Amino acid sequence: MGRIERHFQDIGYLDTLAGQDTAVHRLDPRAKLVTTLAFIATVVSFGKYEISSLIPFLFYPLYLLAAGNLPAGYVFRKVLLVSPFAVLVGIFNPLLDQEIHIRIGALALSGGWVSFVSILMRFTLTVGAAMTFVAVTGFNTVCMALERLGAPRFFAIQLLFLYRYLFVLVEEATAMVRARSLRVFNGRGMGLPAYGSLMGHLLLRTLDRAQRIHSAMWCRGFDGSVRVMRPLSFGRREFAFVLGWVAFFAVMRFFNLPSYLGSTLSEFMR
Amino acid sequence: MHMADALISPVVGAAAWAATAGAVGHSSRKLREELDGHRIPLMGVLGAFIFAAQMVNFTIPATGSSGHLGGGLILAALLGPQAAFLTLASVLTVQALFFADGGLLALGCNILNLGFFPCFVAYPFIYRKIAGGHMKRWRITTGALAGAVAGLQLGALGVVLETWLSGISELPLRTFLFLMQPIHLAIGLVEGLATAAVVLFVVKARPEILRETEPATGPALSPRALAAVFLGAAIVLGGGVSYFASVRPDGLEWALSRISGPGAPGSTAGEVHDIAGDLQDRTAVLPDYGFREGGRREPAAATDGTPDGSATGAGKAVSGLVGGLLTLLIAGAAGFFLKRRHNAAARGGPAGS
Repeated sequence: MGRIERHFQDIGYLDTLAGQDTAVHRLDPRAKLVTTLAFIATVVSFGKYEISSLIPFLFYPLYLLAAGNLPAGYVFRKVLLVSPFAVLVGIFNPLLDQEIHIRIGALALSGGWVSFVSILMRFTLTVGAAMTFVAVTGFNTVCMALERLGAPRFFAIQLLFLYRYLFVLVEEATAMVRARSLRVFNGRGMGLPAYGSLMGHLLLRTLDRAQRIHSAMWCRGFDGSVRVMRPLSFGRREFAFVLGWVAFFAVMRFFNLPSYLGSTLSEFMR
Repeated sequence: MHMADALISPVVGAAAWAATAGAVGHSSRKLREELDGHRIPLMGVLGAFIFAAQMVNFTIPATGSSGHLGGGLILAALLGPQAAFLTLASVLTVQALFFADGGLLALGCNILNLGFFPCFVAYPFIYRKIAGGHMKRWRITTGALAGAVAGLQLGALGVVLETWLSGISELPLRTFLFLMQPIHLAIGLVEGLATAAVVLFVVKARPEILRETEPATGPALSPRALAAVFLGAAIVLGGGVSYFASVRPDGLEWALSRISGPGAPGSTAGEVHDIAGDLQDRTAVLPDYGFREGGRREPAAATDGTPDGSATGAGKAVSGLVGGLLTLLIAGAAGFFLKRRHNAAARGGPAGS
């Protein structure tokens, strides 16, 4: 439970970060969404033993981090803490694939370790990019971008509602959990019967709340669409952002910069 | 059991996105026709309810562990399949964006695994068949248990198949299945119990809520339409994967030549071998050792070359390492510089060194 509560504090914090006003924040959300998707698609398109050529892709999240004035330590911590699923599945690679893959001096690395490191790299890159993207864009604007990019309006508006009421309901659930834990002794009352009526009540209250919201919105002339104050505009800066980054991804996809730098350097040293 | 970006290949991710986009579009169209936006606030607020519900645990007798509501089946029972699917899709979107559960590319897979199966398969074909329209305790409990178990088994199967088709993880299909399915049997039973508890409460307290949603929805997808959806998905996935395999083989040999730097350009014979090996790798439940052998020989042959040349085996690896560190350094420095400049600009003066 602590985990989920922490998540909600994080959401609030990410929204605060998204409220800043930098050049990246001002970009049209569609440009950032498309670029981030292109980034993720390029990163995951590499072969599974790829490590060195993934490194240049750190440029993009680091750019968002720096240009968007985001706290680096916070984002790194979050990337480290989240969802262990990829790590759990990936950790089998070193056990299953023990062929020696590369040797550096006396050190021999098996293919499994190489691909495991590659999975960790992909994980860091994709999660880092998604997180910095949200932190420089904000949720409401992401929804708007989704709608403009062709997601059904029904879906986008509903997403906005969900986000709006997330905090209200989570606070309510937190209060209920606290109240229950204060009344429970020796674990009695933590079982399914009490749970059923607890969640049932929360559900009924939720439904009533939805009804009230709907009536209130209806009275104020809601017709199924949400209007925004600031119109989105896709201008020259957005084109430059998208084209520039996508070109960078494309070049780095087919040209291994670290390997080139490394061999040039060792040539030079010799 | 959220799929992660790090474990999927672009083809699998894109195919799942396409399938999900189709399902979201279909559901939205259906709802717009039927409800005229009337249920949007209800869906949004119930989506938030799912988050809240995941914070409240109950203890499972005789095990010491605890469980909570998963979401799919209860939403389908309250809202009907289409609206529940859209709500779950937005719950998963929020999780992908803010909790980094899964990822943006894997979002399609996650919506399929955790949204499509419970709403369009488990609910109409299992839960409704057993419990639909009835207010009997045993029917609702049985329906919820069977529906939740079936939904989660299908979802877990989806995770396994998507991971396996992507080929990033080394886990053999059979082992992965043996790991995932039993765990999700247990999770399914717990979710079924939780769902039944809540539905039974609603039946007792406000039965009209369930009666309202039951007839309003109609059949979600006919069995024939469902079969067509599965067939379509199979064709897209199969076609996409084999196209991918033939255009850009990501087999062991190809990967090897990449990691040790751009080596000798592959001959066509090698490419054919790659494609064959790649296909073999994908179709065999246990990876074939013959193919591995071919891959293993490569570094051995490379280290047999000139001992001092940096252009071979070990030298390549070292230069790759050096270059990697260098790139990392440059990226870090660029970020640091940008940030500094930004801070300086914010203070309205030049950065003092």
